[in-house]
Amino acid sequence: MSTTEIRSNGTPKVGVYVCHCGINISSKVEISKTVEFAKTLPYVTIVRDYKFMCSDPGQELIQQDIGEGKVNRVVVASCSPLMHEPTFRNVMAKGGENPFFFQMANIREHVSWVTRNKEEGTKKAKSLIAAAVCRVALHQPLERKRVSIHPDVLIVGSGIAGIHAALTLADSGKKVYLVEREPTIGGHMAKFDKTFPTLDCAACILTPKMSAVLAHPNIILWTYSEVIGVDGFVGNFKVKVKRKPRYVNEELCVGCSECIEACVYKKARVEDEFNVGLSKRKPIYIPFPQATPLVAVIDEASCLELKRRKCKKSCVDVCEPNAIDFDQTEEIKEIDVGAIILATGFKTFDARRIFRYGYGKYNNIYTSLEVERMVNAAGPTSGEVILKSGQAPKMVAIIHCVGSRDNNTNRYCSRVCCMYSLKIAHLIKERTGAEIYNFYIDMRTPGKGYEEFYDKLLKEDVHFIRGRVAEITDWAMTPEEEGKLIIRAEDTLVGAVRRIPVDMVVLSVGLEPQADTEEVRRLFNISCSDDGWFLERHPKLAPVSTFTDGVFLAGACQGPKDIPDSVAQAGAAAAEAMALIDRGYVELDPNTAYVQEDFCSGCKTCVNICPFNAISFDGDKNVAVVNGALCKGCGTCVAACPSGSLQQNLFTDEQILNEIKGVVSYV
Amino acid sequence: MSNDEAIKAQFEPKIVAFFCNWCTYTAADLAGTARMVYAPNVRVVRIMCSGRLDPQFVLAALREGADGVLIGGCHPGDCHYQEGNYKALRRFTLLKSLLKSMGIEQERVRLEWIAASEGDKVQRVINEMTETVRQLGPLRLEPTIYNLIEDSLLKIPETATLAKGDEL
Amino acid sequence: MSKPKVGFYWCASCGGCEEAIIDLAEDILPVIEAVDIVFWPVALDFKRADVEAMPDGDLAVGFINGAIRTSEQHEMVELLRSKSQLIIAFGSCAHLGGIPGLANMFNRQEMFDEVYIKSPSVNNVEKVLPSEKIDIPEGKLTLPSMWDTVKTLDQVIEVDYYLPGCPPPVNLIKDALKTILSGELPPNGTVLAPDVALCEECSRRDSKPEDLALREFKRPHEIIIDPQQCLLAQGLLCLGPVTRKGCGAACINVNMPCTGCMGPTGRVTDYGAKALSAIASSVDSKDEKEIAEIFNHIVDPVGTFYRYSLPASLLHRHYQQAKSRGK
Repeated sequence: MSTTEIRSNGTPKVGVYVCHCGINISSKVEISKTVEFAKTLPYVTIVRDYKFMCSDPGQELIQQDIGEGKVNRVVVASCSPLMHEPTFRNVMAKGGENPFFFQMANIREHVSWVTRNKEEGTKKAKSLIAAAVCRVALHQPLERKRVSIHPDVLIVGSGIAGIHAALTLADSGKKVYLVEREPTIGGHMAKFDKTFPTLDCAACILTPKMSAVLAHPNIILWTYSEVIGVDGFVGNFKVKVKRKPRYVNEELCVGCSECIEACVYKKARVEDEFNVGLSKRKPIYIPFPQATPLVAVIDEASCLELKRRKCKKSCVDVCEPNAIDFDQTEEIKEIDVGAIILATGFKTFDARRIFRYGYGKYNNIYTSLEVERMVNAAGPTSGEVILKSGQAPKMVAIIHCVGSRDNNTNRYCSRVCCMYSLKIAHLIKERTGAEIYNFYIDMRTPGKGYEEFYDKLLKEDVHFIRGRVAEITDWAMTPEEEGKLIIRAEDTLVGAVRRIPVDMVVLSVGLEPQADTEEVRRLFNISCSDDGWFLERHPKLAPVSTFTDGVFLAGACQGPKDIPDSVAQAGAAAAEAMALIDRGYVELDPNTAYVQEDFCSGCKTCVNICPFNAISFDGDKNVAVVNGALCKGCGTCVAACPSGSLQQNLFTDEQILNEIKGVVSYV
Repeated sequence: MSNDEAIKAQFEPKIVAFFCNWCTYTAADLAGTARMVYAPNVRVVRIMCSGRLDPQFVLAALREGADGVLIGGCHPGDCHYQEGNYKALRRFTLLKSLLKSMGIEQERVRLEWIAASEGDKVQRVINEMTETVRQLGPLRLEPTIYNLIEDSLLKIPETATLAKGDEL
Repeated sequence: MSKPKVGFYWCASCGGCEEAIIDLAEDILPVIEAVDIVFWPVALDFKRADVEAMPDGDLAVGFINGAIRTSEQHEMVELLRSKSQLIIAFGSCAHLGGIPGLANMFNRQEMFDEVYIKSPSVNNVEKVLPSEKIDIPEGKLTLPSMWDTVKTLDQVIEVDYYLPGCPPPVNLIKDALKTILSGELPPNGTVLAPDVALCEECSRRDSKPEDLALREFKRPHEIIIDPQQCLLAQGLLCLGPVTRKGCGAACINVNMPCTGCMGPTGRVTDYGAKALSAIASSVDSKDEKEIAEIFNHIVDPVGTFYRYSLPASLLHRHYQQAKSRGK
């Protein structure tokens, strides 16, 4: 291990710069009093205030003072360090000083924006500035370590977002691992018939992209696989992927489906997941005709041979390429990647949670996803919209906002349901000529061509009733209502409660995070927001990155969105991943722990404390050793070290103790 | 109102909070962005992880004049660094036992798990704790008599040596 | 050329530090040759008045052991400070407060009540308590005031160096004397002992596992202590990792866990807080209730972690007892 000698920059000369942030800070913090107070603090040589410290002239103030030798440490009292710490550290560097002789006092997010009374705000701001000054006086010069970035990318999830991101990255020459848990790629979009607002056939626009993925030399497609372990850090992730056994050899299978025909189960008995339970499949199956890869898969839970080893295996007999292999086992693959994109999509709201809508209780109540399959020519009913009885419906109700915009289930709006409800209204009308009633709260049609689509539906004689459906019942009150499903809703525009008997109900279910979101986010070490979607780094300015460097988000897993937005986000995530990789290196934060060897007693208390295995024990020297590249800078080991020999750069005991003294004793 | 009660009613508690960067500090920022107003008595010291929290810091805060200490970390299982918050929990539990023996009211030192999106929890916890400590009255130990910064500066050598990690 | 003058004084202490000087055995002879001992209440007949008569700075070194808790001790140490060029805080009591420091869990009123009234073996029907003065036919008698709070030496006067230990190990005393008499003095405030924790000189260090994973704590009388294995690994609360070395791991060598008399290393501000942090970090549990139960085994956290250092700690003393002190 080599060492670098770095000179400390002499007696601290602290410059304090107080930002007005327009009126964001100055409205609740008396800037002049703060400035006067800062002048009384130890080691402070200059105090300035300015309207916008982060602006060019603001930054210039600091640079100039450093250049003129007036300050060698800087405190900026302004917004959150999470906002502008990097900005001002850069300014320090430009001024010719080590960027870590810097500390911020958060007097905006933590003071002016949350304090009502100006006197109280000023007092609190003073204490935070005193803390920062006391701390920065003890800062040491630090160097950022540069680590190279592995050029490959992992994309988890292959719906339209994952597919688009994969193609974009692969086209740029990057090697992409596309991992998908289902036996085929395509996600939810593969289930749709037509897409709004253009009424494009979903398969027609999706399948070419799916083929492109399969054919692309830079994409390694692993379907029926799951990520089970992620180690490492940005630029250097080590990922373990579990490839589940299909019991069919992917290289050999040609997708002819003879095996499915030949299966000893003459009748299909297993719930077909792709058709959302509307039909059944056999234990050996291909999810849908355009599945990619077009390879059969055998379901362990229902296959006779796999369960009891007692089948005559007629599937094997008819398979010419000899692709079926009952001895296949699960394979664990270990890969190195530099960036990860999560595109794991969404699930639909379980309509059974709203009892009064009768889903699962009455016949002919379908969720929108089920109707998508029905309406799809390749679906369980060959594109016919039919009731359980086999007849076409004459009156159909479409209920918006099922599970969404509701304090009892999900508070948020799922964004796509109004549009797809209109689409479904159009498709059902087209196929059956039935009378359609859309029960809505608001019509949310903001995208390009969306409002025009609504116009179109208005002209198609679809009835729109503005009112939240209270109940769906089969309890008839008049002879006309016998045998029908009655929708009870208040028509708010008319001001009356209505009972509308229909043959079929479509519940426009909202979007929800996937069921295993908690496990997935822990695996990748990211957070979720309150409503359960993956948390983006910033809602406006950083919607595709997360707080974990190197992990990006694309598509509905970050929040409900339609296909255009999912594709846009996927492109954005791909671009950010590309930017990361093309830069070639990543600079690690220097707030790592280090052992002062002369003081280490070899007590080994710290060695097992580190969850990243960054600390080891040197049996020869009998001291602990910290691997600076593995150390993430949490400081847990430092708090555990009984003799204070382990310290953390930028967060030493001395620095924090002084910060504490500053924050409490001056004001 | 008795003299004691009068003093308590006027008294503005000083509470030092140690917030972990990834969850609690972010949540406090969120509370700010959302303009959630809360009691101004809590002053935040930022650490990267609640696992960095050395019990010495809690005692130092009380020694320097704080009436209470709030520690914020990620929910169990959610620590950005995997397990730092569990270490914090263990140390805090033993520290509480010690503080009890030392006659310091239990409510003066509080550990709270706050997720990055829980800005409202930051508001609620700070308001609650300020009131609780206000009712308990001032602690106000005599601050240290020596000059911490001078002493600390003396300990830093003129040339500090840095170790470079292994290149990857 | 006259020999340098030295003085010894004892405050709230047990006398063990005085014994430690005697423990120098024949090595004390060269010391007596080299210096003039002009004040040593336990051994020599010099009086306070003799010290008062000295010019300021006349004493080269004053060795003071014991903690400060009476007005007399306060006066004497201030006197010695003015008369000495160097003051050495000798032993744990002067350095950190020592065992007498545990009295900071109470206040004077409590202690007097306990000792003179409540104690079951005391018969004090009239509830007579000691007082600071009494008039008797022969005149007025006075006693020094006793304070509620025990203080370390440096909380009362400025201290130049510290010799830690209860009592300081003989070799450390020898080294300290050599250093001081040589005239090549280390920086002010130095603790005259190596600045590394005890594990470095403990013969059992190799048997200490990298992952302690403690799930319960034992007290020495509860188990048969293996004489070869690391004591922490056996569940005993050995504070070796937190404590300065220099004693040759004396207690461990007689199969007893370290209780921390040498105090913290130079980078630690509060001994007990660091000790509890290290111990807590080694516990193997993630469940709040389970953790609390494991720590229930530590029946006396103050006595365990602040046995010698309560007055030197950040909190100094029991808070409520200070608030409720009657005067």
